[in-house]
Amino acid sequence: MAKITLDKIAHSYLPYPKTDADFALKEIDHVWEDGGAYALLGPSGCGKTTLLNIISGLLVPSLGNLLFDKQDVTHLAPEQRNIAEVFQFPVVYDTMTVAENLAFPLVNRRIPRDEITKRVSAALDMLDLTDKANRKAQGLTADEKQKISLGRGLVRYDVNAILFDEPLTVIDPHMKWQLRTELKALHRRFGHTMIYVTHDQTEALTFADKVVVMYEGEVVQIGTPEELFDDPAHTFVGYFIGSPGMNVLPCDVAGDKLTLGGREITLGRRYPKMSGKTEVGVRPEFVRLAPAGQGAAGGLPITVTAVEDIGRFKIVRAQLQGHSFDAVLPEGSEVPAEASAVVDPARLKIYHDSHLVRGTA
Amino acid sequence: MDKTPNNKAWFMVLPVVVLVAITAIIPLMTVVNYSVQDTFGQNQFFWAGTVWFEEVLASERFHDALLRNLAFSGIILAIEIPLGIAVALAMPRKGLWVPVCLILMALPLLIPWNVVGTIWQVFGRADIGLLGYFLASIGVDYNYAQNAFDAWATVIVMDVWHWTSLVVLLCYAGLVSIPEAYYQAARIDGASRWKVFRYIQLPKMNRVLLIAVLLRFMDSFMIYTEPFVVTGGGPGNSTTFLSIDLVKLAIGQFDLGPAAAMSLIYFLIILLLSWVFYTVMTNYGADKNPAGGGQ
Amino acid sequence: MTLVLQNVSKQVGVEEHIRDVSLTLEKGSLNVLLGPTLSGKTSLMRLMAGLDRPTSGDILVDGKSVVGMPVQRRQVAMVYQQFINYPTLSVYDNIASPMRVAGADKATIDRKVRAAAELLKLTPYLERTPLNLSGGQQQRTAIARALVKDAKLVLLDEPLANLDYKLREELRVELPRLFGETGAVFVYATTEPQEALLLGGRTATLAEGRVTQFGTTIDVYSRPTDLTTAQTFSDPPLNVVPMVKAGGQLRYDDKTIAAPAGTESLADGPYTVAIRPHHLMLHRPAGAALEVTAAVSTTEITGSESFVHLEHGGSRWVALTHGVHRVEVGDKVPVYLDPAGFLVFDAQQRLVAAPAGQSAAPGMRA
Repeated sequence: MAKITLDKIAHSYLPYPKTDADFALKEIDHVWEDGGAYALLGPSGCGKTTLLNIISGLLVPSLGNLLFDKQDVTHLAPEQRNIAEVFQFPVVYDTMTVAENLAFPLVNRRIPRDEITKRVSAALDMLDLTDKANRKAQGLTADEKQKISLGRGLVRYDVNAILFDEPLTVIDPHMKWQLRTELKALHRRFGHTMIYVTHDQTEALTFADKVVVMYEGEVVQIGTPEELFDDPAHTFVGYFIGSPGMNVLPCDVAGDKLTLGGREITLGRRYPKMSGKTEVGVRPEFVRLAPAGQGAAGGLPITVTAVEDIGRFKIVRAQLQGHSFDAVLPEGSEVPAEASAVVDPARLKIYHDSHLVRGTA
Repeated sequence: MDKTPNNKAWFMVLPVVVLVAITAIIPLMTVVNYSVQDTFGQNQFFWAGTVWFEEVLASERFHDALLRNLAFSGIILAIEIPLGIAVALAMPRKGLWVPVCLILMALPLLIPWNVVGTIWQVFGRADIGLLGYFLASIGVDYNYAQNAFDAWATVIVMDVWHWTSLVVLLCYAGLVSIPEAYYQAARIDGASRWKVFRYIQLPKMNRVLLIAVLLRFMDSFMIYTEPFVVTGGGPGNSTTFLSIDLVKLAIGQFDLGPAAAMSLIYFLIILLLSWVFYTVMTNYGADKNPAGGGQ
Repeated sequence: MTLVLQNVSKQVGVEEHIRDVSLTLEKGSLNVLLGPTLSGKTSLMRLMAGLDRPTSGDILVDGKSVVGMPVQRRQVAMVYQQFINYPTLSVYDNIASPMRVAGADKATIDRKVRAAAELLKLTPYLERTPLNLSGGQQQRTAIARALVKDAKLVLLDEPLANLDYKLREELRVELPRLFGETGAVFVYATTEPQEALLLGGRTATLAEGRVTQFGTTIDVYSRPTDLTTAQTFSDPPLNVVPMVKAGGQLRYDDKTIAAPAGTESLADGPYTVAIRPHHLMLHRPAGAALEVTAAVSTTEITGSESFVHLEHGGSRWVALTHGVHRVEVGDKVPVYLDPAGFLVFDAQQRLVAAPAGQSAAPGMRA
């Protein structure tokens, strides 16, 4: 287990990068604590796999240094960094049994036989594979094979970090759930530093203590799942996290007054004068509906286009001044025919050029 | 897949059926015909039953030729398969050199077989051949026309030169289909080069190796053109393989009956040995999956 | 067109891939096939398309049997999970291909290709080949190709499974809209219950080759006819609790609770009660609830909600609660089973009682 320091790391796939746009991964300067579970979350092409490859050693970054504890590993090969990696599809040695697969990394490092047996049976126990120990790895299901891949990392005590590159990609949907929970439980129990790359927000939020949200090569926000949900620092985070994502609409802000949809709402904080793109964000979970005309001046005039009932809650799709505006209502709620939206001003987030503005109390 | 039957498909197959019938099935039937008949000439044939088969199977000439073939195939497989794998492993998998290497490997396979024979025949001559001249000049006594060992060596080296590329190309195809993640995982696991070969590359090449072995075995067992052009079966009958013997019998001596019987026996031997190879190799693979299936 | 499957079965070797399926799909309807992997969704779609013949049973289009008709004549369009496009043709040619095969004239082809590209936001990419597009764009090309066919039956086999999460959300809203306007029968296969609920329409739940229920999606969700259907339609998995009814009470372990409305007429005896994760609470609810003590095994936080995994009496339960719950592994916490959410099944696993109040409401997309 190690503390991982990203010291002004940036990467470009071009030999002579000039502008910011040439960088697939823009400068990131951050420290990850020992033993934490981190997720790199973002859409395809956001740079998360590039960052993972830099940490695993498959890629040497164009700029910056990578440190494990105090050791600079930027130019070290993967096998010298003491990391373990679980890939998108299961990588197992087909001709060996499950137990032999798990023993393989230790055998290569010339660990004594009885030590190997001890660690392998501990790993088999952790992964719930003890009864399959002597079966050929080739005949197992995809999720069992992924567990073997993970197991090869768990048997080594010198592992600095375990990296996961979208490991649930080939897993059956009903097994995904279970494997995810098991990974989380394993992390709780053994405290290895784990870094998990995914484009699925549910996977990221359920697995990680801290999530690194990335967009177009840049780290947009690093925070706990609650922070990302309650306090998105960028409109992209608001959009990407939460299903459906945050409602983001253009508005006017002057002091503590917000003008939206022709209504004026008093905010709890004061904001400076801002030129450029000013937007307000509010999560659909914090939007309530009231019959039109009620809710006083605070009710926003929306036009409901569709209602989706998904059992435990309802999603109301609406439009406000030509922009989409969604609301999430609890199970069994009534949707008025003519509705207006009521929001708690404390839940409104103000964004300037897509970045969060906090204002003053 | 359970397609709705479309009878028009039979018409597409018809030309091929006709062609195969003319070039293969009818001649085969003729051979079978000859193998059970005897003649005194003037196109008069009478039934001879299995007499020719018994004669061939009992003849020492046949046994010797058969042993020569088995030895030859055994040596060929023992050299070409490992050599082919080694070359395939050494070939680059990405980059500019890939097409260059592939073309170089394909070249020997494109040469007509009797030209291959002629090349080596001239190559080995002490007077005008590069190899022969060179060996003579350093004092090695090399003469494929008079020395049985030299004749065998020449034929074997010629076959290796000619056909190893096939094994290389097949194994290479198997190798490039291995996803990069396997190599990365092996690096992370600290596996040595040999272990990577043994546990990742070799298992994944299993299927193509089976094809390579079968092809090489069958082709080497029925070899004719190249050794015939170089040595003509000599010196004496040291390189007289079954095929060469068969031709001597059929066209040289014009003993149609025994020749026909011999060719059928030859055919059945190849079939039997190929089946054995195939069963052994696929069962060897199957033994490793007791649960069957997987992905 | 109306597609009717009558007692269709499909046997491959010794395995029965489809068992005795009867379905009626109305013109212009949106139908979802929901079930786990290998439950028969793809096999059923192939039978509907005409790529396979049923071993027994009949398939009728507008009342006429089409079992012998080859797929080319059936006016079917299919979109797959892997983005299937002609790799050497440009996006324009890809979308145009079905019309070219049908022999349409250039002007019509051009008009329809551009219209489809516009709908699927592909207009800037018309000259590119599929390999130079992102996954989402490739799938949109495949969808556009299906759209221009003007097919009467559109089959989509988990088309969004290989796409990024957010992209999936966007396309999921667009797809029914795109095909709804053509009046075709729209069939969408998926393994995720959430997707079925978001799409609406009608859902057929499949398990092991059999259709266990077919009806309005929200009805199948709230009133599943048997336990298998309820479990198919649940993600995360249902909590299944055996209870005994005695008089007007339901008993579990040593706790009792007044039996919920709708169970009065049931005989006394053992029943299986299924409770959805969001009806398992960590705070005492306003109404009556059955309280048990369970041990926490893991907590997963998804922004505004938490999944709390519990162990009780050897079974594993999942509770979905609002807000962030920071509980430690091994903590013993009180868990409240809300009878308002009880789905009661009898010994043959048939539904005998379900919460009232959840059915298709007016104003909703059906």
